[in-house]
Amino acid sequence: MPRTLTEKILARASGHPRVSPGEIVTCRVDLALLLDSGGPRRIWPRLKELGVGVWDPERIVLCSDHFTPAVDAESAAILKLTREFAAHFSIRRFFDMRGIGHVLLAEQGLLTPGMFAVGGDSHSSMGGAFGCFMAGFGAIELTGVLVTGEIWIQTPETVRVNWSGHFARGVVAKDIALFLCRELGMENGGRVLEYGGETVRNMSIWERMVLTNMAAELGAETGLVEADEVTLQALRAAGRGPATDALDWRSDPGARYAAVHDFSATDLAPQIAAPHSPANSGPVGSFDSVRVDQAYIGACVGAKLSDLHMVAEVLKGRSVARGTRLLVAPASVSAMTAAAADGTLATITAAGAYLLPTGCGACAALGAGVLAENEVCISSTNRNFRGRMGANSAQVYLASPYTVAASAVAGRIADPREFLP
Amino acid sequence: MKLIEGRAWVFGDDINTDVMAPGLYFKASMEEMARHCLEAINPAFAREVRPGDIVVGGRNFGVGSAREQAAIALTHLGVGAVLAMSFGRIFYRNALNFGLPALVFPGAATVRPGDRLRVDAVAGRIEIAGSGAVHTVAGIPAHLMAMVEAGGLMPWLKLRVNKEPH
Ligand code: SF4
Repeated sequence: MPRTLTEKILARASGHPRVSPGEIVTCRVDLALLLDSGGPRRIWPRLKELGVGVWDPERIVLCSDHFTPAVDAESAAILKLTREFAAHFSIRRFFDMRGIGHVLLAEQGLLTPGMFAVGGDSHSSMGGAFGCFMAGFGAIELTGVLVTGEIWIQTPETVRVNWSGHFARGVVAKDIALFLCRELGMENGGRVLEYGGETVRNMSIWERMVLTNMAAELGAETGLVEADEVTLQALRAAGRGPATDALDWRSDPGARYAAVHDFSATDLAPQIAAPHSPANSGPVGSFDSVRVDQAYIGACVGAKLSDLHMVAEVLKGRSVARGTRLLVAPASVSAMTAAAADGTLATITAAGAYLLPTGCGACAALGAGVLAENEVCISSTNRNFRGRMGANSAQVYLASPYTVAASAVAGRIADPREFLP
Repeated sequence: MKLIEGRAWVFGDDINTDVMAPGLYFKASMEEMARHCLEAINPAFAREVRPGDIVVGGRNFGVGSAREQAAIALTHLGVGAVLAMSFGRIFYRNALNFGLPALVFPGAATVRPGDRLRVDAVAGRIEIAGSGAVHTVAGIPAHLMAMVEAGGLMPWLKLRVNKEPH
């Protein structure tokens, strides 16, 4: 019987010949991502209480990203404890202030098709862009994983989301993600969103990661994209020779989907999600009178090298509007380095942008760039829940890096198509 | 597991984990964090909720981040159970992992703020004192019963670790 990619991965990881939606299985974990936020500071005391170590340090990837760089004694202590944890348990793959964990996994080529991975953060779904099953869990469950190497999963059903056609200039994966938050809603529990179709096939791995990242906003178990040449290329670029069976990790023709959605990218306009929900989205045209205090380029989803390139395309030869501030926090040190080398950072800073350190920063009100009462922000991040980026009355609009940059130049929410050749 | 009895605190749809555990208080103590739990929606909640009280949500309760402080804040305030029409997936798992019963209750919209509720989380029985209505819902899933009965994932892991030969 034909199977979905998710069913294949869960069957392999649980040691069952096959699994069906609804079935509860215990899976062996191939890789666990721990972050400074819900990682060592919450897990180590529990390991001590249990009097045990970790099941396999080689399967753990640890990144300090949420509290970097330290802004006060408390965040400094969290980062210090994270370093001590890495040393104590001999975790070789420890990335200390190198970037946001979800992006580092991709840059390092640590995810491979068919893998079963978990992360202590809801946007762990981002890893699914590599054709693996990767989902987010709380620190308490990651404690369980670190002790036993296992976790239970109720086999999700798969919803196939196909996109066909070519984007207009200035329209990108983020616009699809915001469109889907409205179209499919945020209540997709028990489902995996499998993205495919010509538009997705034509996307870089970094753009695919935007779709799988925001499967979290859609409330899905996770999101994924079947492996293809683009996936293998990304692994090779990271210096990893993909396994010979990498391309076998796909859904079988005729696999049973709970639903199949077909959308066209051809007429899609840039999308904006208005406060206070990613699902509160619509085409950019309906928001063009909204004045902006802060434009923010940041987060795992919205400050990768590909995103910084979009920002520079818009800013080239232009300046940020008076009365508006543009803050840019690159998602990783290597994205920052590459952007420095290819002139992207020069373009961005020449336009008047304010460069911030790499890390989660203002995305979750943990670092620089927090909003005051009643301020209006347009942001390339993934969530705009009330109070997430600072004061409860702050108004956060979500958009693509193109749209955020265009809005910074205009001083109000603007359509990037008017700023691109 | 004993019966849970308390007043209902009713919230709407899509109550997210950011409002249960605001990022601004991430580095503060759990007491401090709990004091701000849900304040963006109902400032009186954290102040006036009493041990055993029951949080009733609409659809997608606990949508959002993996922060377990959302579930911990509720247990910290003494919340006895969470009933909702549906749950965000990580919040649901976190709640049970901290021994906080979370039940899917399709009739959540019939509960009014302050109603006295009696909940049997094992049997999946929900009694609304005022109206006398009794609802039967799915109880705690069978494969998690031992874990929730033990008081959550930590006590359960302790049992498991101690059973294995050292
Ligand atoms: S950048 Fe924002 S969404 Fe991404 S991992 Fe950090 S806090 Fe979470």
